[in-house]
Amino acid sequence: MNCTDFLSQLTDYFDGQISPELLKEVRTHLAGCHHCEVVLNTTRQTIEVYRGNEVYEISDDLREHLHSAIMAKCLAKKRA
Amino acid sequence: MPAIQSPGTEEIHPDVALVARAKDGDTAAFEQLVRQYERQIFRVAQHITQNREDAEDITQDTFLKAYEKLEQFQGNSKFSTWLVRIAVNESLMRLRKRKTSKTVSMDEDVQTDEGSIPRDFAEWRPNPEQIFDQNELNDILRRTIQGLPPGFRTVFTLRDIENLSTEETAEALGLSIPAVKSRLLRARLQLRERLSRYFRQRKEGQPA
Repeated sequence: MNCTDFLSQLTDYFDGQISPELLKEVRTHLAGCHHCEVVLNTTRQTIEVYRGNEVYEISDDLREHLHSAIMAKCLAKKRA
Repeated sequence: MPAIQSPGTEEIHPDVALVARAKDGDTAAFEQLVRQYERQIFRVAQHITQNREDAEDITQDTFLKAYEKLEQFQGNSKFSTWLVRIAVNESLMRLRKRKTSKTVSMDEDVQTDEGSIPRDFAEWRPNPEQIFDQNELNDILRRTIQGLPPGFRTVFTLRDIENLSTEETAEALGLSIPAVKSRLLRARLQLRERLSRYFRQRKEGQPA
């Protein structure tokens, strides 16, 4: 397995959807390739940092405003 | 209420009952669905359009459309996936209208591998949350994801931020599973590369 092959398996690797044979090859490649090990670690951190921080917060006020607007529109539709 | 599910099959999602009640005209049931998903729909719209006002409009339009078309929802997918699909379509339409982005289809902008080939091989400092305050960090994350083509941004948002499965993401976007996987990989790699500028460990003597 070379670095390109490794990258092509990365998504399935994260999803745990990789066959035992391929997993063995991935691990062997990782043990000998520092660059791919870094790519694996930092890609994982990329996902974690986006999951762990709500980039677009919605304030309670805005949420209430949106909620009321949605329900008002739906009720108007129902009556129409 | 009709009992469709036989014992021993998959657990019935709680939304199924709410949707059935909403279809029968129970507004309170529909309102509960709105409460459950309004935050998520807003986030998805904001991530795709990168515009707060658009996201507010899209959130409203998505639920109004869902309300109008509720009869058409067959229950073959999760209700939340169906909603996300409406929100994605509304968001892409909004982007097309604004035309601030050169390409706004799910396809045109993702033909190139440019930026998806790893070049930065530095480990990151352990915890970005400890290096930057919350505002700075959110600013970095926003600016970084803004730089992705909409087709990549959308897949990353659904799959990694909103935690939809690959299958659900494919369904919400009308893409094949291999297409979702390929876009997700390139989105993740591009984000990783860009975030490395901020989060990489620096050698002694290098400026922070």
